Amino acid sequence: MSESVQRAEPEAAEAFDVVGKSLTRVDAWDKVSGRVEYADDVDLARMAYGKLKRATRAHARITKLDVSAAVAMDGVYEVITGEDVPVVFGIMPAAEDETALAQEKVRYVGEPVAAVAAVDETTAEAACEAIVVEYEDLEPVTTIEQGLADPVDEAIHPDHGQGEGNVDRLGSLEFGDVDGAMATAAHVREDVYFYEGNTHLPLEQHSAVASWDPGLEKLTLWASTQVPHYVHRQLAKALELPPRRVRVHANSVGGGFGGKTDPFPHQICAGKLSMLTGRPVKITLNRDEVFYAHRGRHPVLMWVKTGVDEDGRILALDWKSFLDGGAYGSYGPATTYYTGALQTVTYRIPNYRFRGTRVNTNKPPCGPKRGHGTPQPRYALELHLTRVAEELGMDPIELRRKNFTGSHELTANWLEVTTNGVAECTDRVLEASDWYEKRGKLPEGKGVGFAVGSYITGAGLPIYWNNMPHSEVQIKVDRSGGVTAFCGEAEIGQGSDMMLATLVAEVFGLAPEDVALETADTDTTPVDLGSYSSRVTLMMGNAAVEAAQKAVQPVLEAVAAERDIPMERVVARNNRVYDRQDPDNGVEFAEAVKIAEAEYGMIGAVGSYTPPDHKGHYKGAGVGPTPAYSYSACVAQVDVDPETGHVDVEKVWMAHDVGRAINPGLVEGQVEGSVYMGLGEVLMEAWEFSKTGQHYGPSMLDYKSPTVGEMPEVESIVVETVDDRGPFGAKEAGQGPLLPVPPAVTDAVWDAVGAELYETPITPRKVLAALAGRHVGPTEVPDYAFPEPDHVDVPENVEGW
Amino acid sequence: MGHSVTTVNFSVNGEERHVTVPLNKTLLEVLREDLDLTGTTHGCEVGECSACTVIVDGRPELSCLKLGVEAEGCEVETVEGLAEPGDLHPLQRAFAEHGAAQCGYCTPGMLMEAKHLLDTNPYPAPDEIEDAIVGNICRCTGYTRILSAIDDAAGRVSP
Repeated sequence: MSESVQRAEPEAAEAFDVVGKSLTRVDAWDKVSGRVEYADDVDLARMAYGKLKRATRAHARITKLDVSAAVAMDGVYEVITGEDVPVVFGIMPAAEDETALAQEKVRYVGEPVAAVAAVDETTAEAACEAIVVEYEDLEPVTTIEQGLADPVDEAIHPDHGQGEGNVDRLGSLEFGDVDGAMATAAHVREDVYFYEGNTHLPLEQHSAVASWDPGLEKLTLWASTQVPHYVHRQLAKALELPPRRVRVHANSVGGGFGGKTDPFPHQICAGKLSMLTGRPVKITLNRDEVFYAHRGRHPVLMWVKTGVDEDGRILALDWKSFLDGGAYGSYGPATTYYTGALQTVTYRIPNYRFRGTRVNTNKPPCGPKRGHGTPQPRYALELHLTRVAEELGMDPIELRRKNFTGSHELTANWLEVTTNGVAECTDRVLEASDWYEKRGKLPEGKGVGFAVGSYITGAGLPIYWNNMPHSEVQIKVDRSGGVTAFCGEAEIGQGSDMMLATLVAEVFGLAPEDVALETADTDTTPVDLGSYSSRVTLMMGNAAVEAAQKAVQPVLEAVAAERDIPMERVVARNNRVYDRQDPDNGVEFAEAVKIAEAEYGMIGAVGSYTPPDHKGHYKGAGVGPTPAYSYSACVAQVDVDPETGHVDVEKVWMAHDVGRAINPGLVEGQVEGSVYMGLGEVLMEAWEFSKTGQHYGPSMLDYKSPTVGEMPEVESIVVETVDDRGPFGAKEAGQGPLLPVPPAVTDAVWDAVGAELYETPITPRKVLAALAGRHVGPTEVPDYAFPEPDHVDVPENVEGW
Repeated sequence: MGHSVTTVNFSVNGEERHVTVPLNKTLLEVLREDLDLTGTTHGCEVGECSACTVIVDGRPELSCLKLGVEAEGCEVETVEGLAEPGDLHPLQRAFAEHGAAQCGYCTPGMLMEAKHLLDTNPYPAPDEIEDAIVGNICRCTGYTRILSAIDDAAGRVSP
C-alpha cells in the first residue's frame, strides 16, 4: 500500500465509515427488480441459436459422423464438428487435454461431438437429432479401482497421464520422518473414508453469446463465467485468434460455486459458429447439459493413519487420496494436491506423508466445487480424529486443542499461517451451542457433532505460471463527485461488486452507492484472475485500496493547499474533504475534486496486488499457499429417526474467522450458504452413474438438493482476527464454512444413535445399515504402488512443537 | 420449422398484449423472448426449480410448464410488474435489505411466490412462509434471509 497516504489506518471499527457495516449490496436492486442481465438475457440483432450434439456412449471411437441431413435443413446456418475446432485447451497448462468437440473418440456420455447454429432453438435441436453418429464401443471405466487397473481396451487418454493406464495425476510427498515417528507413537489408528462426488447445481444454466466482427476481425463473448480472464486466454487459443481481438464480458452469474470456472466447449463453439455464420450465436445449456458440463466435487477415497503420544499429541499423519477425475483434466492437478495440502493448517502435524492420485474415468470431468478438494479430506480427518480421541479416552475437543496450530507459524509442509482463529472459533461455537451440556447427554435419537476447518483466502499462485499481479484496479475520479472503479472481477452472487464499492468508498469517504463499477470485461477492465479460491475480497480489495489511496491523494493535497490545512490533518470522510481538527474547514467531495482537477488535470490511479512468495520449494508446493487462512468451527445438532434412518438437522452453529468482516451481513450470508451446501453434500447429493457411464438422473428432480424444508436454523458467529495481509484485515468467507459441516453432521448422528458412517451422503438407508451393525463405507483402499515420496525437511519451528 | 402459430391475447402486468407465437412455445419463452420480460428466469424448464414462477389469474404458476396459448385471456403478473411504476414493492426492498438475493437468479420466482402469499395471507406464520417457498430452489442463501425478508415485508405490507 502507498506510504504517502495521509489518513492513518483506523484501528477500531468505529473509525470506519462503511467498512464493518451490514449495508445493502449495490447489486441487490437490479436483482430484486429483474433488471439484472444474465448471459441468456443478451439478445442481439440477427442472432442465431446454437445447440450441441452430445455423445450417447461413455467410451467409444467415432466411426461415422454424418451431418449432411442437418446441413440440408431449412433454418440451419452452420454445422461444425471436431475438425473445425481441433485445438487442445484446458484451464491448467499442466492438464490441457480437451477440445471443444470430440476428435475421433468420446470419453463420457454427454461429450459434445457437433454443434449447430440455426434460426431458432427448436430448429437447432432438430438438426442435432438429424446428425448421425456411429460408435465402436470401448470398455468404459467408471470407478477408481477400474481407473487404477490396466485398461481393458485402451486408456481414456492413451497419450498422456503421469502414471500407467488411466492414472492422470500422481503426488507423493513426505515431510519429516513419518515411519520413524509412527514407531514411537503410544497409539496408532487408521481409517478409510469415501466422500461422494456432487455437483454445483447453479440455478442459472450456463450460457454464452458470441459475436464476430468480420471487419475488425474481432470476437466478443458474453458469458456466464466466474473467470473472464481465463476464458479470454483459452478462447483466443482454441479459436486461434490474437487475444487482443477477443473480448470477454462476464455477465452477472446466476450461481457458480466453482462450476463456471473452466473454459467450456459451448463458449468456443458459439465463437466458431459466429465466425462462420457472420451472426451472433447464443448457446444456452439445458439442465441435463449442465450436469454433463459438471466440473464438480471429485469423489475421493481416502486412507488416514495417525500416531499420537499418550497425551494425544499428533506425532505423524500418513495419508492417501484416490480421486475419481472424470474424463478430462480440468483443475485436476490442483485438486489432487488440495486433498493433501490443508490438513496441517488446523493441526500441528510434525511428520506428514501425502500420497495422492487422480484417475480418469468415463464420466463428466470433475473440477473445483466450493472448497476445492478440501471438504473431502476434512471429512475424513475430523471424523478420524474424534475416533482417535475416543480410543484414548480423551474428549475429542481436548485432543484437537492440544494439536491446534497457532498464529504466525509454518506448517510441516511449509504453509505460512498468519492470523489463526481456530481456537477462538471453537470456544465460541461450543459456548453458543451449549456443547458440554449436550454431547452424550441428549435423549436417544438426538445428538450433537463437532468439526473445524480452514480454507485459503485466494490461491497463492496463478493458474498459468507468470509473475504479474493477480488483481488490478483502476480508479477514475470525476468532477461530478463520482468515483468509478474498473476491475476484471466477476460478480457471481458472492458480493464482489459490493466489496469493490465498499473498499473504494471507505477510502474516499463516500457511500458504496456513490462508486460506479465497471467490471468483468477484458476490453475495459484491468485483470483480475476471477472468482475462485476465495481470492477476490483480499486480492482485488488490496488492489482497490491501493488505487483508491493513490487517487484520493491529489484531492487531499489540493484541498490542503486551497484551505491551508496541514497535510497530516486533511481527511476525506462523509462526502467531504476537511481538516480533522477543524471539520468546518473543508469542502464537499465534488468541490474537492474540481479543485484537484483544476490543479493536476485528470484524477485517477491504479493499484495492483501480488500475493507474497510461498515458502515451500518442492513439487506440489504451489498448492496450498495463500496470503491468509480462514478458520471455522461448527456444531450440528440432529434428530435421527431410528425406524426410518432419516436425519433431521435441527440447528447448526458456525463460528468463522474472517479476519475482518467488511460487511457482516454478507459474511453471514456466505456462512449460511456454505452451511446449506454442506448439508446437501452430507445428507443427499450424489453424483451417480451406471456401469456403462450413464448419469442416473441429470435433472433437478432426480438429483436431490435441500429445499427450505431441510434447512435448519443457522447461528453464525463472526470471529475477527484482523489480518495484516487483507484489506482492512479481511480474509475469506465464501468457502471455508462449508468444510466442517459434513463431518459435524456425521459426528452428530453417531452421538444421537451410535451409527458410525464412513462415507457421504448419509442417506436413511445407510443410517439404518449402520444401526444394524454393518460397516457403512469402504474398508480398504487399492494396493497401489505410489512413487517413492519426495522427502522434504520440515521448517525449524516444527522441531519446537 | 413449420410450427403452427397463433395469436395470444392476454394481460401482462396490467397491459393488454397480443403476440403471435408458435403453439409449442411456453409462457416462459413468450414472456422472455416475445415480450422482453427477462426478469423471469429459467433453471430447468421442466418444473423442478420454480425459478420461472409468475402469477396467472391470482395464482402462482410455473411458466415453463404452461404454453403461451394457455394464457389466452389470462392476467399474468411478472417481477417487472410487482411494484408501482418508479417504485419498489416492499418485498423487493426487504429482499435487498436482508441480503435475500445473492446471485439473484431465483429471486423473481421467490418474489412472485411471496407476493401471492401476502396477497392471500397478510399475516403469515413462519411455517406458512416456509410452505409457500418449499418448491423454490435457491443454491446461494440457505433460504434463511429469504424467510426473514418475506416476514419483514409482511409487516410492511400489513402493519
